[in-house]
Amino acid sequence: MAYPPAAHPSPPRQPSVKVILAAADVSRVVDRIAHQILEKTQGAAGTVLLGIPTRGVPLAHRLAARISTFEDVTVPVGVLDITLYRDDLRRHATRAVGPTDLPPGGIDGKRVVLVDDVLFSGRTVRAALDALSDVGRPASVQLAVLVDRGHRQLPIRADYVGKNIPTALAENVKVTLAETDGTDEVKLYGGTPA
Amino acid sequence: MIRHLLSGADLDAGTATLVLDTAAEMATVAGREVKKLPALRGRTVVNLFYEDSTRTRISFEAAAKRLSADVINFSAKGSSVAKGESLKDTALTLQAMGADAVVVRHPASGAPHRLAEWVDGSVVNAGDGTHEHPTQALLDAYTMRSRLGRLDGLHVAIVGDVLHSRVARSNVLLLSTLGAKVTLVGPPTLIPVDIAAALAPGTDVCYDLDAVLPDVDVVMMLRVQRERMGDSYFPSAREYARRYGLDGPRMRRLPGHALVMHPGPMNRGMEITPEVADSPRSTIVEQVANGVSVRMAVLYLLLGGNNR
Repeated sequence: MAYPPAAHPSPPRQPSVKVILAAADVSRVVDRIAHQILEKTQGAAGTVLLGIPTRGVPLAHRLAARISTFEDVTVPVGVLDITLYRDDLRRHATRAVGPTDLPPGGIDGKRVVLVDDVLFSGRTVRAALDALSDVGRPASVQLAVLVDRGHRQLPIRADYVGKNIPTALAENVKVTLAETDGTDEVKLYGGTPA
Repeated sequence: MIRHLLSGADLDAGTATLVLDTAAEMATVAGREVKKLPALRGRTVVNLFYEDSTRTRISFEAAAKRLSADVINFSAKGSSVAKGESLKDTALTLQAMGADAVVVRHPASGAPHRLAEWVDGSVVNAGDGTHEHPTQALLDAYTMRSRLGRLDGLHVAIVGDVLHSRVARSNVLLLSTLGAKVTLVGPPTLIPVDIAAALAPGTDVCYDLDAVLPDVDVVMMLRVQRERMGDSYFPSAREYARRYGLDGPRMRRLPGHALVMHPGPMNRGMEITPEVADSPRSTIVEQVANGVSVRMAVLYLLLGGNNR
C-alpha cells in the first residue's frame, strides 16, 4: 500500500545554527565543573583527569589548570584513546589509533574523572570504561562533560555536566575549543528556526 | 587503507607512516597488564605457511591474538597440501571457512598475488620465494625510526645475498618511499644487474663493504642462505666472511650512532660475528619485539574497519 503524496510539499528547511555557549560561557562552565570536582572529591586528592580525544583532552587540561588555581593542588592529566574499544569499528573505514598517555603515577587505586566534550548516546563512555579496565584498576570512575544533549542508548550518566541541552535527534551539537579549533563555542545545528 | 599487503610498493609514504605510527601505539600494549585489545574480536586470521618459519609465524600469531582475532595455523606439512592439493583449492577451502585474512608464506614468488585474486578476505604476504617480505621491511623501518628518530635522509647499506633476498627487495622499496637512501653491497654474483634501477631509482650498488661503512647510518646484514651455497655464487664460506662479514674491526669503522640489523635467523661467524651480534648497536632482538607491534598495526589497518 502506497502512502498518498503530501498535499503541500514542505518548503526546504533553512539549516539553522544557534550558539548555545559563547567563549565567556565556556570558561564559566569549566570553572564551575572544576569547583564541583573539588567539592565532590574533597579537594581532588588521589584524583586523575583522563581526557577522551579529541576535545576531552584540552578540557581535562583546562580543568586541571583551574583546580590548581582555586586550591593549589596539582591533578595529574592523561589521555585515554578509545578507538580500539569502539562498538562501531566495523561500520566505518579503519580509524587511526591515537596515543593513550597515562600520568606517571598511573591510575591504580585512584579516582579517575573521564572528561569529554559531548555526552550523547553513551557509547563513547562505554568504550572508555572498557579501555580503562585494560590499563589499570581505578578505585572509582566519574564522568565530566561540557554538554549533555540527551538521547542515551546505554545506562550511563555524567557526574559533572557543564550544560544540559535538550535536543532533537536530528539536531547536531558541535563543540569547538581554542586548542583544537581556534575558538571556544558550543553550537546547535539543524534546530527548527526560532 | 589498502585491502592487501603484498609488496613494499603497495604502501605510499602516507600509508607507511600510518602503519608505523599505529605500530607505536600497539607497542604500548606490550607493557600493560592486559596485553589484549578487542579490535578484531570475531575475525578469523589464517596463517598459511608453505615454508618453515618460526619467528614470522609466531609473530603473526601473537599479533592476531593480541587483537582478539581467532587464529588458525595451517602448515603445508601434514595437511592436504602434502596430498597434492593445489593452492587454489586450499584458498577456496579457507574462503569457505570464513577467513577474514590470510597470512601466506610460499616458496613461489607471486603466490600471494594469485591468492589475492581467489579469496574475499585480505591477503598479507609473509614472504614469497625470492620476491618480497613487506612486514619485515615495515618492522625494519620501525626499528630504525624508533632508534634514530627519523627515516628521511638515512643512508642504509643492505649487505649480502641480495639476489635471493625478499627482505632486501621489500626494504629497498619501502625505505626509498620513506626517503632513505639504500646502498646494496655484496659479491657481484649475488647482486642482480640493474636491480637498483628496477626497484627504486637512487639506489646504489657497491661491491666493497669497507668503502661504504664510514658513511652509513644503518647496516643491514642478510642471511647467507646455506641451502643455496652449492650453486657456487662465491668460492668459499671463509672468503665470503672475510670480504662481506661484519666483524668487530669493521663495526668500529661505522659512525658512532650507526645501527647493525639482521632479519634473522643469523649464521654467527658467517655474515656476522658474535661480537657484533651481541653489541649494543645490534637491534636484532628489538626487531623481533617490534615485529609483533608492526604486524598488529597491519592486521588492524586491514581488518579493523569496513574497507570494502
